[in-house]
Amino acid sequence: MAEAVFRIWRGTAAGGQFVEYRTEATTGMVVLDAVHKIQAEQANDLSVRWNCKAGKCGSCSAEINGKPRLMCMTRLNELPLEKPVTVQPMQAFPIIRDLVTDVSWNFEVKRKIRKFSPRAADAPDGTWRMAQADVDRVQEFRKCIECFLCQDVCHVLREHKYFDTFIGPRYFVYAAALEMQPIDKENRLSDLRDPHNIGYCNIGKCCTNVCPEEIKITDNAIIPLKERVVDEFYDPLRMLFRVFK
Amino acid sequence: MPEHEVVEHDVLVIGAGGAGLSAAVAASAAGVKVGVVTKSLLGKAHTVMAEGGVAAAMANVDERDSWKVHFADTMRGGQYLNNWRMAEIHAREAPDRVKELEAWGALFDRTRDGRILQRNFGGHRYPRLAHVGDRTGLEMIRTLQDHGIHQGIDFHMEHTILTLLKDGDRVCGAFGYDRERGRFKLFRASAVVLATGGIGRAFLITSNSWEYTGDGIALAYHAGATMLDMEFVQFHPTGMIWPPSVRGILVTEGVRGEGGILVNSAGRRFMFDDIPDNYRSSTADNEEEGWRYVTGDKNARRPPELLTRDHVARCIRREVREGRGSPHGGVFLDISWIKAKVPNAPEHIKKKLPSMYHQFKQLGDIDITKEAMEVGPTTHYMMGGIKVDAESQMSDVAGLFAAGECAAGLHGANRLGGNSLSDLLVFGQRAGKFAADYARQNPARTFPRDQADDAARRALLPLERQGSAEGPYAIQHSLQSRMQDLVGIVRREEEMLAALDEIAALKHRAATVGVPGNREYNNGWHTALDLDSLLTVSELITRAAIERKESRGGHFREDYPDKSPDWGKYNIVIRKGAAGEPEVSRVPVQPLPAELQQVIEENK
Repeated sequence: MAEAVFRIWRGTAAGGQFVEYRTEATTGMVVLDAVHKIQAEQANDLSVRWNCKAGKCGSCSAEINGKPRLMCMTRLNELPLEKPVTVQPMQAFPIIRDLVTDVSWNFEVKRKIRKFSPRAADAPDGTWRMAQADVDRVQEFRKCIECFLCQDVCHVLREHKYFDTFIGPRYFVYAAALEMQPIDKENRLSDLRDPHNIGYCNIGKCCTNVCPEEIKITDNAIIPLKERVVDEFYDPLRMLFRVFK
Repeated sequence: MPEHEVVEHDVLVIGAGGAGLSAAVAASAAGVKVGVVTKSLLGKAHTVMAEGGVAAAMANVDERDSWKVHFADTMRGGQYLNNWRMAEIHAREAPDRVKELEAWGALFDRTRDGRILQRNFGGHRYPRLAHVGDRTGLEMIRTLQDHGIHQGIDFHMEHTILTLLKDGDRVCGAFGYDRERGRFKLFRASAVVLATGGIGRAFLITSNSWEYTGDGIALAYHAGATMLDMEFVQFHPTGMIWPPSVRGILVTEGVRGEGGILVNSAGRRFMFDDIPDNYRSSTADNEEEGWRYVTGDKNARRPPELLTRDHVARCIRREVREGRGSPHGGVFLDISWIKAKVPNAPEHIKKKLPSMYHQFKQLGDIDITKEAMEVGPTTHYMMGGIKVDAESQMSDVAGLFAAGECAAGLHGANRLGGNSLSDLLVFGQRAGKFAADYARQNPARTFPRDQADDAARRALLPLERQGSAEGPYAIQHSLQSRMQDLVGIVRREEEMLAALDEIAALKHRAATVGVPGNREYNNGWHTALDLDSLLTVSELITRAAIERKESRGGHFREDYPDKSPDWGKYNIVIRKGAAGEPEVSRVPVQPLPAELQQVIEENK
């Protein structure tokens, strides 16, 4: 393979610009390799967050040619290298420096979701019995690597900046995993309606489209939760019952 | 020096992988104030990469299993250099720790009757690994993380510790900086738990991420603690080798547990060619029996692909050296062959090994349901590390505890797959509990400011030199390639002596390293500061490896290729001498009590 041109955003919260770097693109290389090569050879102080380099930890989220992706899982041979490759930080979160954003909001949101609370154990030895089929459904959500790309792309957060009143797709997946956990007995539906405002989501599926774990966020997590919230609070028959109770 | 920001905790945990989080949860549950420092964001530590499962003799799949068999397997795997008491505690307590995870929300794969499913793994006699497909580590770290955030623990994400603080002979905190802004922070604590994981970044080809620079080992060593078994580094037999950008990334042993076979360029299953004597009676001698074993036949013996990691890694190296390797210098690992045995094999493979399927498809253009993978050894795990008390996990320094990979003793000369996740849970929990007790009984009162100021001054030097000096990446790369070549999977005396000279020269280069930019999220600066730990652990590994003149477990010497009964009587320990030089010595292996010796004999 030949030389490739990377336009990497450099800067801080105060401002910045794209800086052009040229580097050799070799077989099998991913965007994170190129960023590391540039960092080692041309820009020692280039800021990038990464860890496992195998799509399992969700640290190296960025926007590559405008699309939210993991840098470690984006192969150069799938990008049009005749044009410069642009790499910029996630746009929904505050910039720290270069490609690194402040994602601490996400960790705060998680604390606000009611924690797992198991029913009494099924067996005298303190263990539970669960069917694989019931576990399978939740395991899809438990695959989440917390890369926050779904949060980055969600227009409720990215454009409307409803960080105070909306928890975003990652935490609907998290809430769904808890709600559908076979032995959990907590009820989070009231919270999901308000203050988490699941109603703001208009199921555009942008989150599903960027999920590197291919979790069907909208279809399997958000829509079922919306249905449960509607059943609980807006079912006309139930509303009638509540009036006469 | 301006004032440093001061944070106070009773127990400070350094590291937020499985061991650190277990320790934090346990200490917090014991009622003390706990802080956790982690170089990365929460939930990103290398525990997420663990694939195969957590070893615990719950006997859900094979009722013959028990803590005794697990204990005997662990000792055999460690070639009897293990701390027997740690191996016993580990085998006895692992089932409860796994059950505890379930009570905190973890969802393991299930048996038909709804209990936790367990799978086969190298060196384990019975199916013993509780697992979630091939992403068990993610499930574990997420469960601990999500449980921990509701426990009132303070998390200091993206912080690096530069030094431990000592008041006389005891630990009284730590000093470091936040990576995002580069501000120094002084952590006062009455007890410190080190849970910093491994040292993989000392080598060129590794499954470890940038974080694994041996910080905990170096911090403890400089604080006066004793290091144990530093010569034993595990080279995992199956890392990816092609394309170059993924070299070293782990291919789970679970592939072999599900029936994957190792073949050379001639198509021969070469693992049948060399079965060690102590495993001969428990290893299949034909392919058909091996297949029966992985499909659950309790009367079958395991296939040789599931022999211990040290042995499999050396067999692969042999095939490559003798010219029977794959095109890119490894061997073939084939799971697709099971289509001859299993209906709908591609779906079965994707279900059992989803992230392996994903990893090879996306990074290597290989469909593992259709073709073989190319694999070769990769630096994976550190058996050695900080010497600790088996019960409490306290090191030789009062108030300083260690758990998980940075601690030593449980695994002896070689760790069995699956015994790491259980190690993190069992000893993480113990370290947290005993650290809380210690902190309550021995509150620290004095916090020497000069130690912090000194560390801060040294830390700023690379930035003061700026870009005119040599950068950190070149030094790091030189160290990694020298360690890989000279102290790697096969070792020789003269090469290791050369490595010591190289390390000394690299220390000089590191002393004048410079980085451009400022203190805000400056990866170059972070890398420069990690060099000290990397150089320290590299030297300790090399010195211990020179000392042990035999081959055993993860330590293989071409000049002493055999196991020596005499060397089997000693562990190697290293302490920092008065002049600052490492003092290497041998200590006798603790003798086993008669009843545990009996357990080992019964399970031979």
